[in-house]
Amino acid sequence: MGEWLLFYAFSLVAILASALVIGQRNPMYSVLLLVASFGASAGLYVQLDAPFVAVTQIIVYAGAVMVLFLYVVMLLNQPREDASEWDRTHPLRRPGLARLGAILAALLVVELGWALVRSGTLGAFTGDTSSLASVRTIGQVMFSDYVFAFEATSVLILAALVGGVYLAHREGSR
Amino acid sequence: MPQEFVPIVLFLLVAIGFAGVTLLPSRLLQTNKYNKVKLDPYECGIQPATDARDRYSIRYYLVAMLFVIFDVETVFMFPWAVILEELGWFGLIEMMVFLFILVVGFVYAWKKGALEWA
Repeated sequence: MGEWLLFYAFSLVAILASALVIGQRNPMYSVLLLVASFGASAGLYVQLDAPFVAVTQIIVYAGAVMVLFLYVVMLLNQPREDASEWDRTHPLRRPGLARLGAILAALLVVELGWALVRSGTLGAFTGDTSSLASVRTIGQVMFSDYVFAFEATSVLILAALVGGVYLAHREGSR
Repeated sequence: MPQEFVPIVLFLLVAIGFAGVTLLPSRLLQTNKYNKVKLDPYECGIQPATDARDRYSIRYYLVAMLFVIFDVETVFMFPWAVILEELGWFGLIEMMVFLFILVVGFVYAWKKGALEWA
């Protein structure tokens, strides 16, 4: 009973917040609502016995990535996005591209519906899930089967760091 | 729903309750008289010259990006810390290699002046 209540509460918050993200005129509110949506998804991950994923969701997505988004919003300093003020001559606002976006959105809805219908026939996993995604199990797999991927990740992170510093670096400041 | 998360749920409820208890009565009890000065950033300071929402420097973006990168690094350290005793020297050396590669990036950012505000 309590679990169902929590599930529906988290789902409701996640869906409502996600819908409101699109509906906001002020991008700052959109970012904060996205934080709420991520927080609610973290609650759902906890219910799925995936505490590591939930903590990662909070630390990386709701924490760091959203700080990055906030700074991007403040960097662009676009206080509101009004349809009347759009520059109609901008190449990205051409009707052809807008229609392509609409087709892609419709395709996504069809895909999601198809996945939902398909997942009904697969049947749920019925074994013991409590130890499947624990931090200990993830650590054991990460340092045995995937130890090379783990080390390769550090190179990937290094590439992201160097690329970001290079792009944002002001010419001639040093 | 694992039992260990009950305190977190309680914490969430207390946080929501605290916000509600502080915001709702003041919303209900407040008087609503419009005064343009009240909307100024400082009611009793000098007249504001420009909009407070100025464009931020790209340096903030750089700092936020470095934060994301080192946050991801921290995430990898949680499972490692939990099973460090089982792994022994192998785990320690693996993590030191991982950290060394990232410290190279950190030194690069430092030398490039990404952390300086002059």
